[in-house]
Amino acid sequence: MRAIASEARKLLSVRLWWILLIILVAYVGFTAALLAGLFGALGDQLASSPGAPQLPVETLPPIVYSTATAVGYVFPLILGALAVTSEFRYQTLTPTFLAQPRRGVVLAAKGLVLALAGAVFGIAGLAASVGLGAPLLALTGNATGLDDPDTWLLLARAVLAMALWALIGVGLGTLIPNQVGSIVVVLAFTQFVEPILRFGASIWDWTAEVGKFLPGAASDALVGSSIFTSSGTGTTAVQSLEWWQGGLVLLGYGAIVTVAGLATTWRRDVT
Amino acid sequence: MVSGGTTIEFRGITKTFGAVRAVDDLTFSVQPGQVTGFLGPNGAGKTTTLRMLLGLVRPTSGSATFGGVAYAQLPDPLRTVGTALEASSFHPGRSARNHLRVYAAAAGLPSSRVEFVLGVVGLLPYADRRVGGYSLGMRQRLGLASALLGDPAVLVLDEPTNGLDPEGIRWMRGFLRDRAAEGRTVLVSSHVLSEVQQSVDRVVIISRGRAVYEGDLDGLEASATVRADSAERARLASAIALTGAAVTTTDAGVIATGITTEEVGRLALDAGIALTLLTEERAGLEDVFLELVGGEAA
Ligand SMILES: Nc1ncnc2c1ncn2[C@@H]1O[C@H](COP(=O)(O)OP(=O)(O)O)[C@@H](O)[C@H]1O
Ligand SMILES: [Mg+2]
Repeated sequence: MRAIASEARKLLSVRLWWILLIILVAYVGFTAALLAGLFGALGDQLASSPGAPQLPVETLPPIVYSTATAVGYVFPLILGALAVTSEFRYQTLTPTFLAQPRRGVVLAAKGLVLALAGAVFGIAGLAASVGLGAPLLALTGNATGLDDPDTWLLLARAVLAMALWALIGVGLGTLIPNQVGSIVVVLAFTQFVEPILRFGASIWDWTAEVGKFLPGAASDALVGSSIFTSSGTGTTAVQSLEWWQGGLVLLGYGAIVTVAGLATTWRRDVT
Repeated sequence: MVSGGTTIEFRGITKTFGAVRAVDDLTFSVQPGQVTGFLGPNGAGKTTTLRMLLGLVRPTSGSATFGGVAYAQLPDPLRTVGTALEASSFHPGRSARNHLRVYAAAAGLPSSRVEFVLGVVGLLPYADRRVGGYSLGMRQRLGLASALLGDPAVLVLDEPTNGLDPEGIRWMRGFLRDRAAEGRTVLVSSHVLSEVQQSVDRVVIISRGRAVYEGDLDGLEASATVRADSAERARLASAIALTGAAVTTTDAGVIATGITTEEVGRLALDAGIALTLLTEERAGLEDVFLELVGGEAA
């Protein structure tokens, strides 16, 4: 309990969390508005030209709303990683372990607090994507889906996904305590490596079978919608896990990196 | 007054970093009600020893305990042991008040303790400034404030006088003496003897990870050196060495520690060696200290 209170104070007493939160809201809001406006207006034209790929009307709201996770998941990931790497960088592991010598307890408390923070990031991101997306969809004569309970289930799963991403961040930071190294890995993987892998994997059936286990794909499966999965229409039908499988796969990634970090850097001498 | 009192015990504690033997088989204890100075030049192994005591560094062998209990096994570590380590570790973006609150929360201490210790070290006016803008002296004070959070019976301070002005050093001296007078156990490291000289009751001096002296400062002074010379310099040197005193032969005569001028004179007389020189090197404490640790390093 004490360790949790301490970790919460740590997170809230430096500016990082709200700086990241503001960027998240702005970025997600912009993307959601763009998609809602573009596809909302384009919908009529696509429908009137028979050859064009069709976007079923009912998938538009989920695509717009899930930008909160589709483009926003990197923010809780970075927040989680920095929560750990900053302890190494500023040597605050010393007072931390002096106050709580049981290091596993510290990491567990950190994971819990960051998962909560990730959920808050999820709610904020959804407030931006729904808050801007829904009025724009309505304005362009589309359904907002807000009267559909499925939409609300999707929003709830998006919050869960963001919490899991923050957990993965904590594990990653533990495994790669170097702050710059950790950030570079996060950005390189999320912005280049995984998109390329996912695209490449979607070419053949058997690679798609593997590709659906990539963290980003699992996250999209958990949420149930994403601009990335939806844009893959045409070639191979993109395989996707069930939502709960996606959640378990994400949790699995979090567990693997955390346990690996716990067994290596977290146990080391603090000098 | 602190009841009971906790004794710190180091037993054969050793730490190697790769090929470097940073701490080599140290055994000593630190008593309550006294200020114990832990001295040695930079790189002697002081910080490593203290970090092993605090469970931050795993010893290669040996143990360090508080009255037989390892730090990690203490039920309420911050209420038992207060620590300020040399490379005082703060997040530069966090205020002093919030820094203390983070660790007070971890130890289940009320935030009134935070305000109290901020007052003790005189940081209240700056408590809401981010630590990144603090001077070294202010960081030292914040480190000390963290150490006092849990009102502990044991204080472990690593180079607390580093970066303090003379005024601050004087304040620290009084502070350490007062804590010891209350019955607390105070262990304070330094690489400069003069900075703690007036506040310590006992010293443990280490060099290259090994203990070279343990005792009070008077005893340290008594180990001043004797310089003697004779036409038969080699015979003189071996005669002194037979007594067990440490001897070095130089062009300027024989230098011996652990023996008095009177003993050397008698010994020369008995051996029939005509002395051409016999004098006590009136070395100050600092010189003795440097001699002790320098001799090991040579
Ligand atoms: N993490 C580490 N890795 C390798 N060597 C270290 C490490 N920490 C300390 N040392 C070495 O151990 C020796 C003792 O260092 P230290 O305990 O910091 O001495 P002091 O505090 O007396 O100045 C030095 O030679 C130092 O270089
Ligand atoms: Mg040191």
